[in-house]
Amino acid sequence: MNVTLAHYLTIGSMLFALSIVGIFLNRKNLIVILMAIELELLSVNMNFVAFSHYLGDMQGQLFVFFILTVAAAESAIGLAILVLLFRNRSSISIDKLNSLKG
Amino acid sequence: MDIRSALFYIFASVLLISAFRVITVRNTVHASLFLVLAFFQASGLFMLLDAEFLSITLVLVYVGAVMVLFLFVVMMLDVSVDTIRIGFWKHFPLAASLGAVVSLELAGVLMAGFRVGVVRPMSLPEGLPGAQSAEIMGNTKSLGVLLYSNYLYPVEIAAVILLVAIVAAIALTLRARKDSKYQDPGEQIRVKSKDRLQIVKMAAVIQQPSLPTEPEHQPAVGGAGAEKPKS
Repeated sequence: MNVTLAHYLTIGSMLFALSIVGIFLNRKNLIVILMAIELELLSVNMNFVAFSHYLGDMQGQLFVFFILTVAAAESAIGLAILVLLFRNRSSISIDKLNSLKG
Repeated sequence: MDIRSALFYIFASVLLISAFRVITVRNTVHASLFLVLAFFQASGLFMLLDAEFLSITLVLVYVGAVMVLFLFVVMMLDVSVDTIRIGFWKHFPLAASLGAVVSLELAGVLMAGFRVGVVRPMSLPEGLPGAQSAEIMGNTKSLGVLLYSNYLYPVEIAAVILLVAIVAAIALTLRARKDSKYQDPGEQIRVKSKDRLQIVKMAAVIQQPSLPTEPEHQPAVGGAGAEKPKS
């Protein structure tokens, strides 16, 4: 039994669902939320590469390249904001980030 | 079942288990290490999909750079484990139901649209950029040719995005210390000679000649030295 495109898409969707659960589960820990976002981007990348392989088109892998770039920039800025947040409030819980609520 | 299918199932199962451990483990350092494991498995899956360059890039960029950044931040912040876990089970029903909804939706789409499945790589019509070029030139070379011909402007935009990330990360976390000594080159250039040398006018002060106290047993040498009162 060969591995088809649907296998890879299933893996990607399971990874995506897991990371959404992780975002809602870890409300006290902003670092794990950033990790779950990285997992979501990984599942999207998995879909791109699978389609690129099974449809014989290189442009899917090219978009994975750009997604990697944006994900690296996002995690760097996110972690910088996290460090700044911890320096100011000495907590990384997102339940306490309500000072903009008005 | 051939070797590629067996490798696919191994990589996929370890990937899902480690992703599950990332979102449920207590210690954040362990979560970060499980994320490293997940990225290694995903890199193996990319390798199975004949995307060698992206597989190596995933290991280099994520495991080499991003995860080290995560580990640095985790160890720098020193957050206690117990305060993190408060409300974990309170949010669990919402999270589980939401995950069930998302996975049901995705499973519905997959069952409806991909029941047949594309077993072999299809052939695109000739003339499309990137179609079938990987089999002729190899993965990395065809990716590079596409990247620097058709996608040149997106590459430059990606470079600008990385530059913005560098500047933003440094500007956010840079903290000017008050007690650190530093040089101001503008001030060094603007300096005049009268800032360096300060001429102070002082009134002449006549200093009294202090005579050495002479010991008791030494007799006075002359009459002039004898006017100092002996104690």
